[in-house]
Amino acid sequence: MAITEDAPPAASEECPVQEKADRRLSSPLLLTLLLVLAVLAQSPIRGLLGTPLMQSWTTVFVAVTVQALPFLVLGVLLSAALAVFVPPSFFARALPSRPALAVPVAGIAGAVLPGCECASVPVAGALVRRGVTPAAALAFLLSAPAINPIVLTATAVAFPRDPEMVLARFLASLLVACAMGWLWQRLGRTDWLRPPAHGAHEGATKGETFWNAVRHDTVHAGGFLVLGAMAAATLKAAVPAGWLRAAAGDPAVSVLALAVLAVLLSICSEADAFVAASLTQFSPTARLVFLVVGPMIDLKLFAMQAGTFGRGFALRFAPATFALAVAGAVLTGAVLL
Amino acid sequence: MNRPAQAAVLFLLGAALLHTGTTGLYLRYVKAGLRPLLLAAGAVLIAAALATAWYERRRARSREGPAHPSRRARRQESHPHPEPRVAWLLSLPLLALILVAPPALGSYSALRSGTALRKPYGYGALPAGDPVPLSVVDYASRAAYGHGRSLHGRAVRVTGFLALDRSGRPYLVRMALNCCAADAQPVKIALTGALPPVLRPDAWLEVTGTYTPRLAHDPVNHGPVPYLRVTATRPVPVPHDPYDETWNT
Repeated sequence: MAITEDAPPAASEECPVQEKADRRLSSPLLLTLLLVLAVLAQSPIRGLLGTPLMQSWTTVFVAVTVQALPFLVLGVLLSAALAVFVPPSFFARALPSRPALAVPVAGIAGAVLPGCECASVPVAGALVRRGVTPAAALAFLLSAPAINPIVLTATAVAFPRDPEMVLARFLASLLVACAMGWLWQRLGRTDWLRPPAHGAHEGATKGETFWNAVRHDTVHAGGFLVLGAMAAATLKAAVPAGWLRAAAGDPAVSVLALAVLAVLLSICSEADAFVAASLTQFSPTARLVFLVVGPMIDLKLFAMQAGTFGRGFALRFAPATFALAVAGAVLTGAVLL
Repeated sequence: MNRPAQAAVLFLLGAALLHTGTTGLYLRYVKAGLRPLLLAAGAVLIAAALATAWYERRRARSREGPAHPSRRARRQESHPHPEPRVAWLLSLPLLALILVAPPALGSYSALRSGTALRKPYGYGALPAGDPVPLSVVDYASRAAYGHGRSLHGRAVRVTGFLALDRSGRPYLVRMALNCCAADAQPVKIALTGALPPVLRPDAWLEVTGTYTPRLAHDPVNHGPVPYLRVTATRPVPVPHDPYDETWNT
């Protein structure tokens, strides 16, 4: 509890918006009020959250947030470093100048970002700001969480008896990522992307720019992460598991059911293989769909993409990704599994 | 939310992460292996908060300084890129973590999902001791897939929490976890024999008993739920790591 008591003075001490404070409640004041109120109302809050349903909701909510925060911070640090210390000319040299070729190169480059999807959104945002063609940055965004070594190792561990699942996951994810990149290059329009917010990423010195970017991206993407975690917790705690049993019978329905489940559950891509392995009542192809769709589009990612690239972009990008991911996974599954 | 408030939230969030990481609270939510990452993330968040506060202070000072900036420049400065309002949501996990600190998943979640028991590759040698200390997962897989042969008729001792299904049948459960509580899945053993007269769901028990060939099926996913014939029970405190992480290796 000591933590809650220390901070408010630090917050109000350095408030630079004295002029604004007369007109409306300044946010440090509001934050202090919120924290004090929460501490005072501790026991009624605990009582409200005491039911088994609310308790498991809160646990899953906190778990998703706590689990994703380190990866989000890693992604934010990487993206801030990209934005500050790597000159734009580097990407111009590293990526082929023809976008059609840059897409697969960026897709394969996704293999070097160790982490889950929370890290890839801010990095892809930084790539776009650094002038990388959006098609290539999007291919990177989609492939990175699915084909990096950590995730592939986890998949191999979760499916010890069928190593072709690892290969299928790698190929299907790369295929869909490249397809989305090329699709964006043909049909995408830059005005769907929100113009990159420069103000937040500027500063007098390199250090200031770096920390400004870290602060802004953490707070921004973190807020959307919380939104996604709330949705995932609601699903996990409130939707009956019996629905899945009913869906497993029909091959087409089972593919769709697991695709939708991957979107709703929003599990970290490092852990989804274990969940897929436990869905034993479903066919291997349906489980591959789960593994391919999950890291590319889920509730948490949608919220974060909408935050980074704008809502107009996310509303178009998400359904297309979903459709292509399902199609690509079914195709790969039909050939390999 | 303006920058000083963001700095405060980042600082508190970082401190909360460090707090969960150092006290073992984090084991209720994520796997043990994430600890170094949690601590590092907490440190980075605190550093970002301090850096923000420092740069804000410097900015404020340079604005007050003798060289008064022009009105226009000043107006530009006070209207930077609109600060994200969604940042307010970050206070929710903060409050949940500091004030509520919800417990690890218990019987409610355990009964909602089917047992996650999987056929093991093989059975390791039984640990020494009488009764043999086994995990819920270990006993369940030896009983369900090995017909209890690898137990050689010895008594076993298993620790887990109680869950009672709708008909009041008692299960001893341990949630198996791969990454965080969102992917935790239960492994269940049905209990029969000498049970205490009052069974409270979510109470942690150390159960001593012997193998019995009886096998039930989980009503949720038809997975195997082996029985254990209980000879003695003892209430125990919640273990340091409430989840079973043997599948993480």
